[in-house]
Amino acid sequence: MSSEKIEFPGTSLSEKDFEKGNILYNTDEMHAEFAWDTGVGIGSYLAALKDGVILGSYCSTCRKTVVPPRTVCEWCFRPMNHYVPLHDTGKIMTFSLCYVTWDVQRIKEPLIPAVIEIDGASSGHGILHLVNEVDPQLVRIGMRVQAVWKLVEDRQGAITDILYFKPSEEA
Amino acid sequence: MGMRKVAVIGAGMTKFVRRALETPKELAWQASHMALQSCELTMDDIEAVCLGTAPDSFDGIHMNGEYLSDGSGGWNKPYMRSYVGGGTGVFVPIQGWYHVASGLFDVVLVVAEEKMSSYYPHAQAAFLTIFDHTTERPLKPNLLWIFALEMNRYMTTYGISKEDIARVSVQHKRNAAHHPAALLGDAEITVEDVLKSEVLAWPVQRLDVSPVSDGAVAIVLAAEHVAKRLTDKPVWIEGVGWHLDTSYWTNRDLAYPRYVEYAARMAYEMAGIREPRKEIHIAEPYDPFDYKALHHLEGLQLAERGQAVQMYIDGTAGRNGDLPICPSGGLLGVGNPIAAAGLMKVAELFWQLRGEAGERQVPGRPRRGLAQAWGDLMQVGTVVIMGR
Repeated sequence: MSSEKIEFPGTSLSEKDFEKGNILYNTDEMHAEFAWDTGVGIGSYLAALKDGVILGSYCSTCRKTVVPPRTVCEWCFRPMNHYVPLHDTGKIMTFSLCYVTWDVQRIKEPLIPAVIEIDGASSGHGILHLVNEVDPQLVRIGMRVQAVWKLVEDRQGAITDILYFKPSEEA
Repeated sequence: MGMRKVAVIGAGMTKFVRRALETPKELAWQASHMALQSCELTMDDIEAVCLGTAPDSFDGIHMNGEYLSDGSGGWNKPYMRSYVGGGTGVFVPIQGWYHVASGLFDVVLVVAEEKMSSYYPHAQAAFLTIFDHTTERPLKPNLLWIFALEMNRYMTTYGISKEDIARVSVQHKRNAAHHPAALLGDAEITVEDVLKSEVLAWPVQRLDVSPVSDGAVAIVLAAEHVAKRLTDKPVWIEGVGWHLDTSYWTNRDLAYPRYVEYAARMAYEMAGIREPRKEIHIAEPYDPFDYKALHHLEGLQLAERGQAVQMYIDGTAGRNGDLPICPSGGLLGVGNPIAAAGLMKVAELFWQLRGEAGERQVPGRPRRGLAQAWGDLMQVGTVVIMGR
């Protein structure tokens, strides 16, 4: 093929082609429902959240504490069945100020997703959660935060038993 | 290791568009047909077909590999789909490579297709399912979160400004203005335009992001004895590498893509490359977001950690620079039909190394290039090194 000859195939459509009815199309919605078993590692994690505890697991070979807990150590592939309660405080490793929802609706007040390094876990080991009760413009990497829990009677054994993290009072 | 030499001998691609008239299998056929024509082969000459397409949820078709089999020429042949998320586009030529390098086949067609426009109203929602169903999805994440979180970690760790990162988007979109198949080429775009675009998930703004697209790409691979009969300009696959990091993405440092480093080291070793910054003449790192190109250049050892942006500031990364980056226009400019976008980078190296890239041609008769893609849950790196 020579450079002067390249003609690329493919036909671009625009929204107007749909509005004018130039294009035939077929729509359908998929309804898929699942019930996921939480298993041993995450099952223990969720049960602990219901009790107001963030649980990690410890590998005595690698001397690592990871969160969420799991049954096998990724580094040495040995069983990781030593569960340890961690603190419900930590440090923001990174965050975003997000102005769109999961289905691309615009929102004025940003959501603040963050990776939070949990105190008691090995350095750099965190979880994904939300930060709230803070001026979005003041959130910083390295900021100390603490979990805000649902009322005991409302907890379900889910990650949402932690409502969000807020800047800790010590900060 | 007893492996045979493998050459790329033909390439084809469709235009990358926001919404294509053609169905996924029609797009796959168009790219395949063009690739076969470019090396004057027919489907009778093809012994096996390797297909790459990213999650089924985009096309909305379960077992998309089987659906695409007629358009990509899989009928009546050994045919298999490979999949490593966004890394698929540079993994599927690796799959084709070991089909031929092993001696199992002499001529193989490699096809990658994505039609993201089918998901309604926006493909973004299809990404929700990549997060862990129990520990993350109840927080209602969207795909932008992981990019925004990684970008912020990267910027803050090395003290890189958004103004400087925006240079990547500007340069790739300007490069794409010379690509006849590009969706978002723009010769006039400026850093200011990027910084003024809508804030989606700070620090990510609209023009930091590549567009959702439809498209397909195909290449033809051949063993040495066949390639030398068919063309005077074979482009050899000199090295391949791939590597996976932990899927517990909140348990690792997002500032540096170690999995890309390991994939690159595997490929460099195979290609006998000791000094990649001198021995690679063109690089097509994966650039679905502007900071990702920088992140990957560092993982590829083409820049020091935190320093890749200097290549854009001092002109090294420009089409006429010492190490042109994404002369195609990349995903930011040409478009991002996931698997097809990765294979587009391999096709671009093929055209560049043969001196057939038209207005996009990098000067100085480049001898060796590298293409890289990235995917799954931010943890897979795939690398192909090609030379003439």
